[in-house]
Amino acid sequence: MKRVSFLGAIVAIAAFSLLPFLWFVLTSWKSANEISAIPPVLVPSFHWDHYRAAVEQHGLLRYIGNSAVVAGATTAVSVGIAALAAYALARFNFRWGRAYLMLLLAFSMFPQIAIAGPVWRLLSWLGWLNSYHGVVAAYISLSLPFAIWVLTTFFKELPRDIEEAAFIDGCSRWQALRMVVLPLAAPGLFTAAILVFIHAWNEFFFALIILTYPAVQTLPVGIALFPGEYTMPWGEIAAASTIATLPLVALTLVFQRRIVQGLSAGAVKG
Amino acid sequence: MKASHEPNLRFLLPSVVFVAVFSLYPIIESFRLSYYRLILTLPWLGQKFIGWDNYYDLATDPVALQSLLTSMTFVAVTTPVEVLLGLGMALVLNESFRGRGWLRAVVLVPWAIPTVVSSQMWRFLFNDRYGLFNFVLFGDATDRYWAPLAEPGLALMSIMVADIWKSSSFAALIILAGLQVIPSEIYEAASIDGASPSQKFRHITLPLVKPALLLALLFRTIDAFKVFDLVFVMTQGGPADTTNVLQFYGYKKSFAEGMIGYGSTIAVAVFLVSLLLSIVYIRLLGTRLLGKEGGA
Repeated sequence: MKRVSFLGAIVAIAAFSLLPFLWFVLTSWKSANEISAIPPVLVPSFHWDHYRAAVEQHGLLRYIGNSAVVAGATTAVSVGIAALAAYALARFNFRWGRAYLMLLLAFSMFPQIAIAGPVWRLLSWLGWLNSYHGVVAAYISLSLPFAIWVLTTFFKELPRDIEEAAFIDGCSRWQALRMVVLPLAAPGLFTAAILVFIHAWNEFFFALIILTYPAVQTLPVGIALFPGEYTMPWGEIAAASTIATLPLVALTLVFQRRIVQGLSAGAVKG
Repeated sequence: MKASHEPNLRFLLPSVVFVAVFSLYPIIESFRLSYYRLILTLPWLGQKFIGWDNYYDLATDPVALQSLLTSMTFVAVTTPVEVLLGLGMALVLNESFRGRGWLRAVVLVPWAIPTVVSSQMWRFLFNDRYGLFNFVLFGDATDRYWAPLAEPGLALMSIMVADIWKSSSFAALIILAGLQVIPSEIYEAASIDGASPSQKFRHITLPLVKPALLLALLFRTIDAFKVFDLVFVMTQGGPADTTNVLQFYGYKKSFAEGMIGYGSTIAVAVFLVSLLLSIVYIRLLGTRLLGKEGGA
């Protein structure tokens, strides 16, 4: 009896997490008639028309490309900068180190609207609206607090002895960081990179205000602003959504252990 | 040659520059602009200092007050539900069974899906003519179908459902991490003393997982207060402003209507409320987060 109810709980959790999205994925393969059918059609006739339309008429590939560039650049720069800062915060006793970490924590909690107007005006003044570097700059500052926090906890756990040995062998601080510490911290860097990438790939608010030209817009903006006032092209939206989500679901399934570790590293372990 | 142990600011500098330019300066600038009249669509008016006028307007703006109430309602309903659901999921995930890693990955799926995608997905499920939600409730009786996103009483609830679906898994992960640090010896000792499962849950699990529950609750509170994507895609703040949460109202004023000055005043108000939340958060958990003396 106990086993049965436990099994029931497992099935319920899996159904709760997967079924709504699975339904949306199935919708992407349905014909227009199947989408609006009552009672709903369970098994689609596996049309690929919506995917074709999303690519040919709505520029899905362009959105994917933009998202890949923006999320990729954000991840690379942000993790690089965060690694330097986190290493310093973990190894040196800065007078303001603790206060800096607190400030970052506070920044990560503020609603985007608190800085949106001035960020927009700053980017406009720089001529960076509707550019990759404009949105990437905003994303880097959004992701740095989180990345620095996660990496600081990772660096604190690395033993100092190996570095000390490298110093004795005549390495400079910079050489030790590059040749000894970073390779050892690779798992932590990788975890931070996955989380920053997912965040940048999904971010919508700043993308919406910074990127107003379709040529540079990212996937979330494209999907949110999908044209269609009166009859929504649900098949095409579902197709674009499926494609936007696939890389993330793949990342999550493959690296779930790291993601869980990273999310709880900043939060619970300290 | 021995490397210096003196604090080396060069390592920190790039991050400080980014944070100063794109986070610190904008917040200060939001405060400054909140005292100005600045309208993007009327550039010839320029920037005019108007003192506390925007704040007077905000205090007497019925839509703003409703927005605050809507945001508060949203936070007050979604966060406890998410933490409770998260606790339930975490308790299951904390047991050892075959396929546990698989289930943990499955639970992460709603969290990993872009919020914009889950917003469109729920909009589709809540569709008034062929949404699955209506079919589950009313079957073939299409004349009885609801339009949840167009009904003032239901729209906010629909957005809450979408948020609960997406964010419960995050709460579950935080709580799971808290469960996993409870030493199994305590449970073994309790079993020897003849404690029942419900006694163990009440007297061991619950007190020891409380910090993690609190952490999940506060994380979710702060995040729920920022809700934007769901509202933008599902309702655009409607019907009749019933889902017009603060962050969306600020966006609308600043960017749709171009009222950067008044929008900044809303931004400052939102900022102050979240600052209050963060201070509570940091005071409750800050020392533990930085905890040099272990204490998981």
